[in-house]
Amino acid sequence: MSRFEPLNAGNLRSDGRRPLELRSFSAQLTTHPSADGSASVSHGLTQVTACVYGPREAKNRGQTMHDRALVNVEVSVAPWAGEMRRQRARGDKRTLEFAASIKATFEPVIQTTLYPRSEIHIHIHVLQLDGGLLQASINATTLALIDAGIPMLDYVSSLSAGLYLTTAMLDLTSIEESDLPSVTVAVLPRSGKVTLVSMETRLHVDRFEEMFKLAMEGGKVLRGEMDRIVRERTAALARQMEGGGGTKEEDKMDTDDL
Amino acid sequence: MDMDWDFDDEGVQKLTSPGEVITSATQFMRGHGTFVEDNDVVASLSGTIERVNKLVSVRALRTRYHGEVGDLVVGRITEVQAARWKVDVNGHQDALLRLSSVNLPGGVQRRKLESDELEMRKFFEEGDLLVAEVQPTHGDGALNLHTRSLKYGKLRNGQLVTVSPVLIRRRNSHFCSLPCGVDLILGMNGYIWIAKHVAENQKEGEEGFDAEAVYSNKNDDIDMETRAAISRVSNLIHVFARRSIPITDAILAEAYDWAVQQETSPSDLLRADVGDTMVAMVTALA
Repeated sequence: MSRFEPLNAGNLRSDGRRPLELRSFSAQLTTHPSADGSASVSHGLTQVTACVYGPREAKNRGQTMHDRALVNVEVSVAPWAGEMRRQRARGDKRTLEFAASIKATFEPVIQTTLYPRSEIHIHIHVLQLDGGLLQASINATTLALIDAGIPMLDYVSSLSAGLYLTTAMLDLTSIEESDLPSVTVAVLPRSGKVTLVSMETRLHVDRFEEMFKLAMEGGKVLRGEMDRIVRERTAALARQMEGGGGTKEEDKMDTDDL
Repeated sequence: MDMDWDFDDEGVQKLTSPGEVITSATQFMRGHGTFVEDNDVVASLSGTIERVNKLVSVRALRTRYHGEVGDLVVGRITEVQAARWKVDVNGHQDALLRLSSVNLPGGVQRRKLESDELEMRKFFEEGDLLVAEVQPTHGDGALNLHTRSLKYGKLRNGQLVTVSPVLIRRRNSHFCSLPCGVDLILGMNGYIWIAKHVAENQKEGEEGFDAEAVYSNKNDDIDMETRAAISRVSNLIHVFARRSIPITDAILAEAYDWAVQQETSPSDLLRADVGDTMVAMVTALA
């Protein structure tokens, strides 16, 4: 058996993608109607669902802040999500750290000052895990927050990038993640501001900039895709509210009542 | 000046999403759902753009209740505190109901006494449902409620259904009676109370103020017919809410007639195919 080959002679990756090709991305909004907002996102075989509750009365009164809302993030990984069945403990250190980095990503983007003394609870369920957990969780949370009607400065879109020899690649699978140095970047696509950079492996500093820029560019592409899904959904909701999917003429008449 | 940026060519309101530049901030003022950055008004929500003169706002199509003074809301008591109750109204925080803003037994004009403060649970207990009106709010956005009217107060003889607040439109009266013998309270916060019909002349507290009846925790006897009507209406509301169709008494009465004509049982209404047919029929009539 040969060793794992991240990039073969034909410049293709282990799953047949070219270095800068993303896995198929799909997203659904309002997957859990009982939450205030929810979204399910999949990047290839990685699937994550995020539920947002709030802004609501804080459960834990001690933590509330008098000038802004508290953002809570809870992450649960399904035992069947990875390659091996594994039950994670609730207080797992890695999971807690992961939740903290998502909280840090979104706290500056959500307009928390509009909701003093409230709480915004984000619950992330990881259903399938094949690399790119952080990017999928961030993208799902962005969509769930939009679905919940919580004001944000911009979309947050996130993508991972890796490096093999001197070739940068985007959107790593778990097998690539375990072999290659990788970095995950979360950007506000409009301003190009970066809210999260996460790197847990070592990487030569000269290569970092290229990977970082590619991940940012990829994030902007993902934003376009998410925006298309959000707009479709918003348009459908607006049509239903205007007149149960009636004609344009009826819509016009109904707007007078607003 | 271009005035048509909030409508497209066909006169349908434009949609926006977070981070999108709507217009210039030098000519317009920012409203809810927008913020100003670099002389531009930028949307922070996904929804429809609304404009009143120079004020631009974005209305989200799914959100929690944002209180406004004078709104009628249905709520549930979550906590009893010193001289006030906390009420869940599906908002950003629990609303406050002060002991001084409820009707006390023994006369509408009676002032509150210390003894009232000690027996607040006689009026409202945790878990009780009530209908109230929103009063001018606190500085930090917490709503104040009052039930100082004979129309407001504790709810009984019925069932609560919750929908998204955007499905309830502001109207002259949120107390409706359906022809099927069911009373409806459409709370602006998306909480809807469906109850047995009470005839106009039998309303509690018409002759003087009867505290026994107003704060009673006992349901009246409800016959099977009324129970069926209540559950049919509640299922109809579920069906409309799932399809994001605004809920009014007119559309419910229409749908109820349809359901009775088709002889569908209340539980059948929740089936996807029945619901689709019903919605198609009713929205075609409207």
